[in-house]
Amino acid sequence: MNINSNNFQPNGPRPKHLTIGRIGMYGFIFMCALFFLMPLYVMIVTSLKDMDEIRSENLLYIPKALSFYAWPKAWSEACTGFVCEGLKPGLINSIKITIPSVIVSVSLGALNGYALAFWRFKGAYFFFGLCLFGAFIPYQVMVYPLLKIESAIGIYSSLPGIILVHTIFGMPILTLIFRNFYASLPIDLFKAARIDGGNFIKIFFYVIIPMSTPITIVAVILQVTGIWNDFLLGLVFAGRDNQPMTVQLNNIVQVDYGVAEYNVDMAATILTSLVPLFVYFISGRWFVRGIAAGAIKG
Amino acid sequence: MKNSVEVKNISFSYGKTEILNDLSLDIKEGEFMVLLGPSGCGKTTLLNCIAGLLDLTDGQIWIEDDNVTWKEPKDRHIGMVFQSYALYPSMTVEKNLSFGLRMMGTAKKIIDEKIEKAANLLQINELLKRKPSQLSGGQRQRVAIGRALVRDAKVFLFDEPLSNLDAKLRAELRYEIKKLHRDLSNTMIYVTHDQIEAMTLADRISVMKDGLIQQLDTPKQIYNKPANLFVAGFIGSPSMNFLNAKFDKSNQNLIIGKRHINISKYENTNDLIDDQQVVFGIRPENIIIDKNENSILCKVELVEPMGADTLVWTSIEGTPISIRLEGSSNYNLNDEINISFDINKSSIFDSKSEERI
Amino acid sequence: MYYLTKNLASKISLLPMIIISLTVFVGCIIYSFIYSLTGSKLIPALNYVGFQQYERLFKSRKWDVAVENIFIYGFVFTIGCLVIGFLLAVLIDQKIRGESLFRTIFLYPYAMSFVVTGLVWKWVLNPTFGLEHSMHLWGFDWFKLDWLVNRELAIYAVCIAAVWQGAGFVMVLMLAGLRGIDEDIWKSLSIEGIPKWRSYLFVILPMIRPMVVTSIVLIAAGVVKVYDLILALTSGGPGYATTTPAMYVMENFFSRANLGQAFAASIIMFISVVCILAPWAYYEFYFRNKEAK
Repeated sequence: MNINSNNFQPNGPRPKHLTIGRIGMYGFIFMCALFFLMPLYVMIVTSLKDMDEIRSENLLYIPKALSFYAWPKAWSEACTGFVCEGLKPGLINSIKITIPSVIVSVSLGALNGYALAFWRFKGAYFFFGLCLFGAFIPYQVMVYPLLKIESAIGIYSSLPGIILVHTIFGMPILTLIFRNFYASLPIDLFKAARIDGGNFIKIFFYVIIPMSTPITIVAVILQVTGIWNDFLLGLVFAGRDNQPMTVQLNNIVQVDYGVAEYNVDMAATILTSLVPLFVYFISGRWFVRGIAAGAIKG
Repeated sequence: MKNSVEVKNISFSYGKTEILNDLSLDIKEGEFMVLLGPSGCGKTTLLNCIAGLLDLTDGQIWIEDDNVTWKEPKDRHIGMVFQSYALYPSMTVEKNLSFGLRMMGTAKKIIDEKIEKAANLLQINELLKRKPSQLSGGQRQRVAIGRALVRDAKVFLFDEPLSNLDAKLRAELRYEIKKLHRDLSNTMIYVTHDQIEAMTLADRISVMKDGLIQQLDTPKQIYNKPANLFVAGFIGSPSMNFLNAKFDKSNQNLIIGKRHINISKYENTNDLIDDQQVVFGIRPENIIIDKNENSILCKVELVEPMGADTLVWTSIEGTPISIRLEGSSNYNLNDEINISFDINKSSIFDSKSEERI
Repeated sequence: MYYLTKNLASKISLLPMIIISLTVFVGCIIYSFIYSLTGSKLIPALNYVGFQQYERLFKSRKWDVAVENIFIYGFVFTIGCLVIGFLLAVLIDQKIRGESLFRTIFLYPYAMSFVVTGLVWKWVLNPTFGLEHSMHLWGFDWFKLDWLVNRELAIYAVCIAAVWQGAGFVMVLMLAGLRGIDEDIWKSLSIEGIPKWRSYLFVILPMIRPMVVTSIVLIAAGVVKVYDLILALTSGGPGYATTTPAMYVMENFFSRANLGQAFAASIIMFISVVCILAPWAYYEFYFRNKEAK
C-alpha cells in the first residue's frame, strides 16, 4: 500500500500545463498584434495592386497579380500641386534638412548638458527650466513670431531657416537627456580631471565626449526620427524649394483634382516612412531607450 | 616642523545648510593626517575644499606656504585618489596616468619616465595597455594612486579610497599605502569612516562630527584618552562601555545604583566635585575578571567567541557590559563572575558637557 | 571679478540656450499676447482693440467645435493609450515567447509620422474601398464603417489612429516601470497567494505611479498640439467637424489672414498647456524635492 502510493507523490519537475488563462493571454496578444500590423500590411499590399483590383477586390487580400506601377510613379512622377516630380525631391530635401539639424542640435545639446551637469552657475537652472517648459508649448503658439524673427534676419523660407528651427525645438529635450546622462557619471571622474588640469573645453573633448557614445546614439535616433517625421515646421519654415518629404507626401495624397490613385498614395506613404522605420528596426533597443530617455523626465 | 597644509577658519555651506563652520586645521609636512567621522560629518567636504573642488564660503587654504584659496585644483600641487577610482574609462591605464601631464604640456620623454617610475613602484607595469574595465578593483585603485604619483604632487588627498574593496584587498592596499607614505614621505590627507584604517595609517587623526573637529591627536591618545563621549564611543570595536554614575567625594567612589567603584587611582579625581553626575567609560579589554575587595559580582549573559579573543557580555544595574578576554578563556551562560576595572585606563566624562575629565 | 570670470566658458556655452529661452520661448509668447489684443489682419499691426479678439473667439461656433473635439480626443486618446499601453506592458511582462517580436510590433507605429499615420488610416477607413468594403465582400452587408464621413464619429476615427500610433509608446514607459519593480515584491506577493491581476491592479500599479503620471502628462501635452494627424486624416472635415484649436490657429494665421484671432487662440492654447504642466511640474520638481529632504 505504502510503496504504491509513494509512486504517485510529486517527484521531479512539475508537469507543465497550458492554462486557460495563458491561452487567453496569447489569444489577446495575437489579436492586438494583428490590429497593430494591419495598417502596415494594407499599405504594402495596396501599393502592389492595380487600381481595378483595388476597386473590386478585398482590401485585406494579397494582390492577385503583382503590379509595380505605383512605386516608380510615387518616386518620380506623382504630382504635388503643379509639379510632377514625385517624392524624390522631398527625400533629398528631407536629407538636407535632417543631417545638419541633427548634427547641430545634438552637439549643442551635449555641450549644454555638460555645462549644466558639471559647471552650473547661479541661474543656469532657471534658464534650463524655462527652456524645458518651452519644449511643451505647442509649436502653433510660436510659429508666427518665430517666422517674423527669421524674416527679420533674412533666413525665413530657406534651408538655414528650417535647420535653426529644428535646433531650437530640439535643444531642450537634448540638453535634458545629455544632462541626465552626465549627471549619472561618477562626479569623481570630473573632479579627477580638474585636478589633472583640464579646463572646460579640454575636459569636454578628452574625457566627456569619449564616454558619450551611448547617449549620443540615443539622441541621434530621437532627432533623426523626430525631424524626419516633422510636418508643421517643414510646412511653415522650409519654403517651397526645401519642402520635406512629409509635406510633399501630404500634397500628393490630398490632390483635389484628377483620379485618386490609392496604390500610388500608399507607395508614397511607405517611401516616406522608410527612413524612420529603418532606424527603428536596426536600432531596436536603442530606439526604446531613446524615447524612454526623451520622455521619462521630460 | 613646518606646516604643509593650513586650513584657516573656513566655512562652507550648501544654500542654507552649513556644513563647515570656522574650521581650522594645520597639517605638518610629511604627516599622514586622517579625517575620521561618521557619514555627513563634513570630512569629505573638507577634503574637497582643500582640493579646490568646492568653493569656500569663508576662510583661507594654504598649501606649501601659498594661499591657494582661489586657485584652480590643478594649481594646488595636489594629487587625489577617489573612492570610485575615477579612472577615465575611454583611456588605457597609460593614458590615464599621463592625462594630467599631457594637459600641462609635459615632454613625452619626461612623461614616459614618470610613468615607468610610478608603475614600478605600484607594480602595474603589466597593466599599462589595458582599459580600466579590464582591471580588478584593487588594480584600479593602484592606477588611481599612480595617477597622483606621476603628478609629483606635494600633497596626496585620499577620499575613502578603500571603501569599495572587500576586506582582504582593503587590508592589502592599506599596507601598500602605508609603505608608500614611508617611502615618499609626502603629506597625505586621508578621509575615511573606517577606524581601523585610521588607527593603522595615521600619524594624527582628526575625529569629526557635525562639521567640527572633536579631537585632533595621535591614534594612541585618541584611543586611550578620548576627548569626549562621542570620540570614546566612535573609536573602538566593540565600543567602550558607559555607566552613568554619581561621584562621592568623601571616599572617592562612583555610585552606580547600589554599586560603588573606587576611582582614587584616576588621574584627575581632583577636578571632580561632590555629587557630580558623570559617565564612567571603560574599554572591554580593561575589565578584569578577578575577585578582590573592589570587584562586582555579575552573571554571564552572552558569550561571543571571536577566535583570537572572546567577548563576554554581562550587565551592571541593567546596562550591558562587554568584556574582552583571551580566546582560550572558557565561560558559559549564567556563570557567576567577579569583575573589576583598570581605573588607570578608564575615562570619566561629565554628563552635561560630555567632555573628558 | 573672480566670480565673473569663474566658469566663464560654461556661461558662454550656455548662451545659446539662454538666448533661445528668452527670445523664442518667452519673447514669442509676449509677442503673441500683445498682438492678440490688436485687430491685426494680414500683417501684424498695433491697433489695440482690447479683448475683442477673445470675445469673438469664444463666440465662434468653429472654436466651440474645436474645443469640444479636443476634449473628446484628449479623453479617448489618453484613456485608450493608458489602458492598452498598460495591458500590453503587463502581457509582455509575463515572460511570453517572442517578447521582442511583440514589442517591435506594438511600437513600430510610433516611428511613423503623424502624416503617414493619418494617410494610412484614411485609406483603411475609406468608406468605399476600405474595411467596410472588405466586410461587404465577405457577406456582412450590414457592416457600416463610415466614420470618416460621419460628422459625429469622425473624431473617433482620429482617436483610433492616434491610439494605434501612441499606445506602444505608453507600453514602453510602463514596461520600464514594471521591469523596475523589485523581484522580492513579486516573491512576497506569490507567497501570500495574491492573484496576478489583483497584484497588478492594487500593488504594482500604485508602485509605478510616477510612470503613469509622466505618461499622462506627455500624452496630454501632445493632445493640445494635435495638427498633422487630423490634417492628413480628415483635413478637419467633414465640414469642420474634426477641427481642433491648433488647426483653428493655423488657419487664421496662414489661410484666413486673421492674425489677431490666431494670436488670441494661440494664447488660449498656451494657457491650457500651462494648466496641464504647472501642477505636474510643481509635484515633480518642488514637492518631491521637499519630500526627499
